[in-house]
Amino acid sequence: MNIVVCVKHVPDATGDRHFESDNTVDRVGVDGLLSELDEYAVEQALQIKEKAEGDDVTVTALTVGPEKAVDAVRKALQMGADQGIHVIDDAIAGSDAIATSLVLAKAIEKAGAETPVDLVVCGMASTDASMSVVPAMLAERLGLPQVTFASVIETQGDQVRVKRDGDSATEVIGGTLPLVLSVTDQTGEARYPSFKGIMAAKKKPMETWSLGDLGVEADQVGLSVAWSEVEDTTARPPRTAGEIVKDEDGSGATALTEFLAAKKFI
Amino acid sequence: MSEVLVLVDHVDGEVKKPTLELLAIAKRLGEPSAVFIGGADKAAAAGEKLKAFGAEKIYVVDDAEIKGYLVAPKAEALQQLVEKASPAAVLIVSGFEGKEIAGRLAIKTGSGLITDAVDVQEGPVTTQSVFAGNFTVTAKVTKGTPIITVKPNSATPEETAGAGTVEEFSPTISDGAKTAQIVASQPRQASGRPELNEAAIVVSGGRGTGGNFEPIEGLADALGAAVGASRAAVDSGWIPHNFQIGQTGKTVSPQLYIANGISGAIQHRAGMQTSKTIVAVNKDEEAPIFELVDFGVVGDLHSVLPAATEQINKRKG
Ligand SMILES: Cc1cc2nc3c(=O)[nH]c(=O)nc-3n(C[C@H](O)[C@H](O)[C@H](O)COP(=O)(O)OP(=O)(O)OC[C@H]3O[C@@H](n4cnc5c(N)ncnc54)[C@H](O)[C@@H]3O)c2cc1C
Ligand SMILES: Nc1ncnc2c1ncn2[C@@H]1O[C@H](COP(=O)(O)O)[C@@H](O)[C@H]1O
Repeated sequence: MNIVVCVKHVPDATGDRHFESDNTVDRVGVDGLLSELDEYAVEQALQIKEKAEGDDVTVTALTVGPEKAVDAVRKALQMGADQGIHVIDDAIAGSDAIATSLVLAKAIEKAGAETPVDLVVCGMASTDASMSVVPAMLAERLGLPQVTFASVIETQGDQVRVKRDGDSATEVIGGTLPLVLSVTDQTGEARYPSFKGIMAAKKKPMETWSLGDLGVEADQVGLSVAWSEVEDTTARPPRTAGEIVKDEDGSGATALTEFLAAKKFI
Repeated sequence: MSEVLVLVDHVDGEVKKPTLELLAIAKRLGEPSAVFIGGADKAAAAGEKLKAFGAEKIYVVDDAEIKGYLVAPKAEALQQLVEKASPAAVLIVSGFEGKEIAGRLAIKTGSGLITDAVDVQEGPVTTQSVFAGNFTVTAKVTKGTPIITVKPNSATPEETAGAGTVEEFSPTISDGAKTAQIVASQPRQASGRPELNEAAIVVSGGRGTGGNFEPIEGLADALGAAVGASRAAVDSGWIPHNFQIGQTGKTVSPQLYIANGISGAIQHRAGMQTSKTIVAVNKDEEAPIFELVDFGVVGDLHSVLPAATEQINKRKG
């Protein structure tokens, strides 16, 4: 089975994330890491591989992004993925989800040129853009079923069944391989790379592709052809410091009640 | 004036409040046309409500054949409606499903997509809140038909009736769209409390509850509020995942948010930072949540909340 995991390199959420002067996310000047939500995707891909035992399963970690993005792939390799692909091209900078999904789809097609890709695994959302749309867009572009927002995953032969917390119901979704799967942080903790894993990762195959390798034209991607445009970004004004009281002998409850009454919530 | 398509979010014909908000937004951009995809027998009741809140036209798409499949058929139906009506925009409620339908529709129609808008004005120009609410971004679509998903609570429903002309629409659904199957579906049990993302007040609990949500529920009921939780509380198995607020849970933007025994991690803030008034009860005065609050109590939630609940109930008489 040929599994591709899409992993994104994102600015650290606990750091100082900000915008560049052209209103794109600053991806160079801040510390980045493998999007935490994609660790769950890598973990599930590895678990599927482990469950398939004897069967020949390859897990390929794929990222689209600038130079540093290769770190996301490297981390996936350290966790246990077999090989990596980094799509990098100056023209990609500033791409929106629509263009990103195009590049990912072309890369997945190329990755499956010899042995077709059976399963594409994504995180539920990137921790920077958090649009949660790339997996559905990939399914659309690749003409594959989408089985998304999984909290529990079961595979049997070419059948995939997942449980998910839908907007208004808990659902069981099923599909037949090949398909696109996206997983939530409810799927269970992702493993940490072991020392052995870190050493082994250094020898794993790693390919670097440009848009030319994928047959994507530079004018199909990037900021200048984005189908939506950011007009303005504004930092949220800091909240004015609120009133903080210490609870002593029940005074806290009274103060809280008075505050709520003064604000007409009671 | 051009039509503005509003995909109706409903459960068995019962139209949810965020759809009524979208109708109010649609009026700013053109003529609201509601798109009801559901059981034909449920369309009449839904139609009354949609009309009352301003729908000029109501497209009814009978879902008998596509009900058992995930998002793809709905995106195809909308694509065909976009071709037919050439709308000024398509508005969809931000949720898992809504965003996925929007994503597919954008690619099908070669259109720009904006997700999670918290405001939409003429243009259409959208406002989004990003990076855990630390930045506000205004944007617009520059290609095709603007496809915009809008978060609940982004507008006030307006009860001024539209013409409500009903038009049956039968899309052609490809076999390729009928691949991901909904094998089973368990509707969420009604809690008797307001829905989390529609509630005016949310009272939430975290690890500091130690697993006892009674003080949280008591205060919530005294205030007519919804109950929420942090991921720590969910991960501990104290409360189901659909109560989780934050990056990987729900985003809420109520008039009042009361966080109890929650430290205020960035991922939690991402789901509540845009609340109008924020209150916290936490026994650690250094907890980061206090940086956000309008009012805070440094104290033990197990004593502060029950006492406050009692006082509130007394005041209400
Ligand atoms: C990718 C990712 C996604 C995430 N998504 C989410 C998300 O969607 N939502 C979310 O909430 N978190 C999310 N998290 C987790 C988040 O980082 C925090 O771990 C979590 O929010 C902590 O929950 P907490 O505040 O309840 O627990 P803690 O951080 O442990 O805080 C508990 C607080 O309770 C206080 N306390 C203890 N006892 C009492 C008492 N008796 N009375 C009053 N106060 C008391 C303590 O002082 C402390 O401040 C995510 C993390 C990652 C990595
Ligand atoms: N640039 C990228 N490179 C690789 N995978 C990506 C990229 N962008 C998005 N993805 C995948 O798509 C998922 C959802 O992303 P998003 O729609 O941006 O929230 C992520 O969790 C990744 O699995």
